[in-house]
Amino acid sequence: MSRQKSIIAIFVALLALAPLALPEFYITLLNYIGLYALVALGLVLLTGIGGLTSFGQAAFVGMGAYATAWLTTATSLPAWLLPMATPWGGLLAGLVLTALVAILLGALTLRLSGHYLPLGTIAWGISIYFLFGNLDFLGGHTGIGGIPPLSMGGLDLRDGRQFYFMIWIVLLAAIWLTRNLLDSRSGRAIRALKGGVVMAEAMGVNTGRTKIVIFVIAALFACVSGWLYAHLQRFVNPTPFGLHLGIEYLFMVVIGGAAHVWGALVGATLITVLKQWLQDLLPQLFGATGNFEVIAFGLLMIFVLHRARAGLWPWLARLVPDNRCRPASADFQSELLARRPVAAAGTPLLEVRDAVKKFGGLVANDQMSLSVSAGEILALIGPNGAGKSTLFNLITGVDPPTSGAVQFLGQRIEGRSSRAIARMGMSRTFQHVRLLPTMSVLENVALGAHMRGRQGVFAAMLHLERGEESRLLAEAARQCERVGLGEHIHDAAGSLPLGKQRIVEIARALAADPSLLLLDEPAAGLRFLEKQALAELLRQLRATGMGILLVEHDMEFVMDLADRVVVMEFGKKIAEGLPRDVQRDSAVIEAYLGGVD
Amino acid sequence: MDLQIALLLGQDGIVNGAIYALLALALVLVFAVTRVIFIPQGEFVAYGALTLASVQAGHTPGTLWLLLALGVAVTLIDAPASLRLGKARFFKLLGWQAIYPIVIAALVLGTAPRDWPMLLQILLALAIVVPLGPQLYRLAYQPIAEAPVLVLLIVSVAVHLALVGLGLLFFGAEGSRTPAFSEASFDIGGLTITGQSLWVICASALLIVALYIFFEKSLYGKALRATAVNRAGARLMGISTTLAGKLTFLLAAAIGTLSGILIAPITTVYYDTGFLIGLKGFVGAIVGGLASYPVAAAGAVLVGLLESFSSFWASAFKEVIVFTLIIPVLVWRSLTTHHVEEDE
Repeated sequence: MSRQKSIIAIFVALLALAPLALPEFYITLLNYIGLYALVALGLVLLTGIGGLTSFGQAAFVGMGAYATAWLTTATSLPAWLLPMATPWGGLLAGLVLTALVAILLGALTLRLSGHYLPLGTIAWGISIYFLFGNLDFLGGHTGIGGIPPLSMGGLDLRDGRQFYFMIWIVLLAAIWLTRNLLDSRSGRAIRALKGGVVMAEAMGVNTGRTKIVIFVIAALFACVSGWLYAHLQRFVNPTPFGLHLGIEYLFMVVIGGAAHVWGALVGATLITVLKQWLQDLLPQLFGATGNFEVIAFGLLMIFVLHRARAGLWPWLARLVPDNRCRPASADFQSELLARRPVAAAGTPLLEVRDAVKKFGGLVANDQMSLSVSAGEILALIGPNGAGKSTLFNLITGVDPPTSGAVQFLGQRIEGRSSRAIARMGMSRTFQHVRLLPTMSVLENVALGAHMRGRQGVFAAMLHLERGEESRLLAEAARQCERVGLGEHIHDAAGSLPLGKQRIVEIARALAADPSLLLLDEPAAGLRFLEKQALAELLRQLRATGMGILLVEHDMEFVMDLADRVVVMEFGKKIAEGLPRDVQRDSAVIEAYLGGVD
Repeated sequence: MDLQIALLLGQDGIVNGAIYALLALALVLVFAVTRVIFIPQGEFVAYGALTLASVQAGHTPGTLWLLLALGVAVTLIDAPASLRLGKARFFKLLGWQAIYPIVIAALVLGTAPRDWPMLLQILLALAIVVPLGPQLYRLAYQPIAEAPVLVLLIVSVAVHLALVGLGLLFFGAEGSRTPAFSEASFDIGGLTITGQSLWVICASALLIVALYIFFEKSLYGKALRATAVNRAGARLMGISTTLAGKLTFLLAAAIGTLSGILIAPITTVYYDTGFLIGLKGFVGAIVGGLASYPVAAAGAVLVGLLESFSSFWASAFKEVIVFTLIIPVLVWRSLTTHHVEEDE
């Protein structure tokens, strides 16, 4: 058993024994820590891992609490709702309601740039608080009392000690589900959100849908916490669901360690204990009553964000060095993933005709045409600012052309999304490396194989997709081996030198099994021997029938490798032909070296 | 509802809307220049109103201690760097962060501002509260000025929380109301317009014009606009983004404090009132997409009107209606904005 697993086992054992040893006060405290940690866990997924933020989680807790409170206490329910008038019916109703609201809010705000979601959730958090307080059937500001206890197999959970097990089993289950999710194809897609929408979409990740999925999961965790709260307290009023609690949940996550599942638990524990302590201490100190702990929380928060933005968990994790044994790249044995049919050499793959791209008055690409066939390497060269990257974006669907045609595998693709184009078999690397620096090389490359898997979030949470997952990882390991990164597969991608990171990008593109590979300056930052190895790799790929479009500044590299060369200057094509002809072309010499007067 | 009531509600809505418009402008300004979503804007409203009330009641406003404390903190942090840049820089730092707060404190404690004319009391409240803006920028935001918007937003929320807690400590849980600037009232066609409403509307309009002139005509205004358009470019032109940040926070704090002083005679202000007022400015600012000043101001007036009419028809749901307004606004924005990813 690895060191990590033994620590988790000890922790769970301590949790199980705690009610035997601890007095009531600490059990209550632990109950609240569990409830808060469940909400914070959703925020870890949303904020720390997905890069989105919500201040409105307390409102979702409220929906879970009020749904069950109303259903289990209302005296005049319509007949069709009567079967729902139990705690379990309340849970179901709360989950459905929460999911609907989260989908609606997410659909409205997630398409806009990052800060609209938090702002939207602040407004939403405030309105639902006032709504709870002003709806008569929810008891107004006095709330709803007399909620029945939760009963499990004939046993009523009436006291805190009994409820303790319920809360912590739910929390540990949620942690298990979240960890499973993150360690999967869907989890890689979620983590890719932080690498930017352009990169994730180029890997075939539906970023819009992924964002909504994590927002809904976070909301559902909050809802379950609210449901537990209602049956623990047996009474609800609007106060614990206001915006200030929503803010506190976010603080827990930031202080605990937003990017780590266990950070939620650390943060919830710290804030809950600190709050308890400060609420006793500060009013005595200031000689007045009030929620003065918010001053300390605010200051603590500013300090953490200035000095330790990753939170406390990474500090704690360093105490226990990782001693898991990891398989070498050759040990990934699994059946192969399905491959797409390979086009015969010479079949036209890509055809750009008269493409024009204007940014306002600036014409970045003017009547550009080029074509790439299967089994061919076409090099696109030109001075800086010639419009090569614009052309790349236009071909890959990042930014559609103003006019002109782009045809891939016989189909017009201008105006299609980059995800759809990637799915057809076009893979790319980026001029400015876009890897996920904290993820391992293997996982980064596996992200490239995203489109070759099908299993979704549910299967991932329950780890029902291990067969497919091992095929994806084996494919990624094979591609790492192929580009010569076999010994680095478990290193964090960001720890490699820049030249190697470019090679990781190539492996990631290859993992998608492309027919056409677009490489943006792959040799920049490589040493001589590495360049030779790269050239050899590209020749091998050409021999398998892959088409390659290459932007590169290293002339020796280009001229040795390319079958044909297209030269651009000021957005226009100034020459096209075999490498040796282009080298002698007077317009090209003038573009690179200046005119001879 | 008859015309009489409609006019009355309309007047209410426009007066509140004018304040929201001022706050919306400040929020758009702060966001454009520093990328900070300035949640603590509302606390300046509350601090402004309550500091004035506490001066008038003959108490020592707690904000004075905050001014002194933050001044000491800034002096300690900046002293080494400013010494390296020369004596003049150090004395400037000392002057603004140590001597200025002490002079103000001496003025409050040594004289009896309670008996001063109202105009001087207002100036004193401004002199105490407004410098907190640049001080906060220096302490909370400047060290992480290049952090992502999301981190700056969380810092904003943290600052807001700390300031609300301090507000409770300084001013207690009871609200305050200050005497009106003028007791005049005008009767036009059966509609009574109070002098204070006119004060609010005129002061807001004047401030908006002053801001317009500042941004169009003055060098500092142009520097702020340049920073808003392109931070790196502005820096290359020799504009200090730190100075731009402090200046922006000074303006935002001044607008917030003045708004608080203007509404203090109209409504009872509590230590936590500012937050909701600030957020209503926010709804206006979001209508303008956090980018357009005129649309933000118009949005804020709309929020004011919506609030006052909904308080007549469904007073319990006033806040719900105002904050739910943000939903259709976001729908409209998401349909009209073509989102392009910034290359960070």
